[in-house]
Amino acid sequence: MARAFTPKVITANDLLEGDVIYFTADDTWTRHMSEAELITDEAVAPLRLLEAEKQNIKIVGAYLADAKAGPNGPEPTHFREEFRRTGPSNYFHGKQEAQANV
Amino acid sequence: MYKYNEFDEAFLAERNAQFRAQVERRIDGSLTEEEFRPLRLMNGVYLQLHAYMLRVAIPYGTLNPDQMRALALLAEKWDRGYGHFTTRQNIQYNWPKLRDLPDMLDALGKVGLHAIQTSGNTIRNTTADHFAGAAAEEVTDPRPYAELIRQWSTDHPEFQFLGRKFKIAITGSNTDRAVIKAHDVGLQVVEQDGQIGFKVIVGGGLGRTPMIGKTLREFLPQADLLPYLESVLTVYNVLGRRDNKYKARIKITVSENGIDTYRAMTEEAFLTIRGQYDGTDQQLLEEIKAHFTAPEFRSGSTEAFDTAYENDPVFRAWADTNLDQHRAEGHAIATISIKAHGATPGDASAEQIRVMADLAEQYGYGELRISHQQNVILPHVHKSDLPAIHAKLKEHGLATANLGLISDIIACPGMDYCNLATARSIPVAQEIATRFDELKLEHDIGHLQIKISGCINACGHHHVGHIGILGLDRAGVENYQITLGGDASENAAIGTRTGPGFAYDEIVPAVERIVDTYLAVRESAEETFIETYRRVGMDPFKAALYPEAAKKVA
Repeated sequence: MARAFTPKVITANDLLEGDVIYFTADDTWTRHMSEAELITDEAVAPLRLLEAEKQNIKIVGAYLADAKAGPNGPEPTHFREEFRRTGPSNYFHGKQEAQANV
Repeated sequence: MYKYNEFDEAFLAERNAQFRAQVERRIDGSLTEEEFRPLRLMNGVYLQLHAYMLRVAIPYGTLNPDQMRALALLAEKWDRGYGHFTTRQNIQYNWPKLRDLPDMLDALGKVGLHAIQTSGNTIRNTTADHFAGAAAEEVTDPRPYAELIRQWSTDHPEFQFLGRKFKIAITGSNTDRAVIKAHDVGLQVVEQDGQIGFKVIVGGGLGRTPMIGKTLREFLPQADLLPYLESVLTVYNVLGRRDNKYKARIKITVSENGIDTYRAMTEEAFLTIRGQYDGTDQQLLEEIKAHFTAPEFRSGSTEAFDTAYENDPVFRAWADTNLDQHRAEGHAIATISIKAHGATPGDASAEQIRVMADLAEQYGYGELRISHQQNVILPHVHKSDLPAIHAKLKEHGLATANLGLISDIIACPGMDYCNLATARSIPVAQEIATRFDELKLEHDIGHLQIKISGCINACGHHHVGHIGILGLDRAGVENYQITLGGDASENAAIGTRTGPGFAYDEIVPAVERIVDTYLAVRESAEETFIETYRRVGMDPFKAALYPEAAKKVA
């Protein structure tokens, strides 16, 4: 039996900055995973990925990453995606720093 | 030290101009990422977890003060104020922006540095003994040969698309500080009947299939170096597998075909290739050698050193761990640890990099080395200058006295930065160092090398650590496997797995149990960890790591 579909977000890196970005429901990109579109329909996921890849001129390496619904929007389910949305653990650099400066 | 000539400068400027145009074409949409990716990789530009990463080669680990200052400039102007020295004598910048990368490469080019072939399936930066030219027991300085290899392999048309990456390491000493047996090709300078030549080792490597290299040639006359290397590579290029990335390294080629077949094929190719060399390479080698003449070592009293050693216990502790014997009288090799307890192994701030450059200029005959162990070395220092050097290092957090001790850990960037990583390695290294510093046991434990990799590719050399730690993803959580008995020296050995892995919060206590066991079973304080392990084997360590399993057997 095929494994049950788990919800996804589309994530990539920004071409110029190189930082982690997420695809939103209105076909734009955000720096915050909580603002990403959470895709719950298996049939829709590859179509949304194709839509995201249309913007390959300004993004790199879009892919579907496992996520789950949280109180403030999508959240990661795997530690790799947790690091990508937070930043490294040895310095307060990356997204964690950007968010602290908001 | 090698100084670029007009040809080198023009070549590099041309390459950088090409890359600048490639970046522009990617940004304006003329190049797709699929087209751009191999171009950026050829110039050392990766895209990692949080940002781009630029990997700059430090050929055979040697830098002059101006080059070192350029590394600081890059850190400050285009990155986050620090650089990360890697396990292959490179420096990596973790936060550059795409538009800035051409400027960074131009700044490097001005001081004769580049990022060419720090990625891709090419011949990578040739690494060397970090004590080259200074070690007391050295046959001869191996760096002119490394520079010759750099010039030969850079943009070599036949070797731009090998089956897989190809790493060469060279040493001029019997004491192997360059891990030559864990490289695709390892070269050891040897002397036979008054002639200088090389022992050629092939097919070593770590990664998912760790192997210790085998001897391909006991003695290769120095004049045959390039034609012979070219033969080794030509055979690999044809015989090596391209059907499976994981079986593409030369270690697999040698192991599947046998060392005798590989040798026979290499020797056959060599018959043809040697004839194509007309002696130009030897002329070039002579020119290169002139750049590597040893400095005029000064003489003078070492009283200042002796006085400080007698009276200053902090200086004495540092001198005992961080100095090595130099070939010139009154001199020492000083290793600067960039492994302060709790800090990221291999990271140095722009300020620290400048301080080290200044020290090299003022006291160190203008030379610096970067070791694969992620430390910085002043290879030539007169002993009378050491108290002043130590005082300056102390002011900048660079005087940690831990060389070869448990906190002198090699660690790859792991999942804090690397796209390939399956777990973190930096925080594990930080916590082990902090823990043993708290216990004040470090000097009592003595020589012990811990090496940590955050994935099976083994950039952290875990297989050859006395204690090796490999971070994996087990069902969505970080899990760490331990190996014991690895050895990165001339007695190279691959470590043996202890058993099941440990969770992130269990790994430091597990290392502590291993060390406690060693302290309990060693015959004397002089018996090092690796000696004890070789004497008693795995069992006592296993019993300490897995008490439940031991109970079941009983």
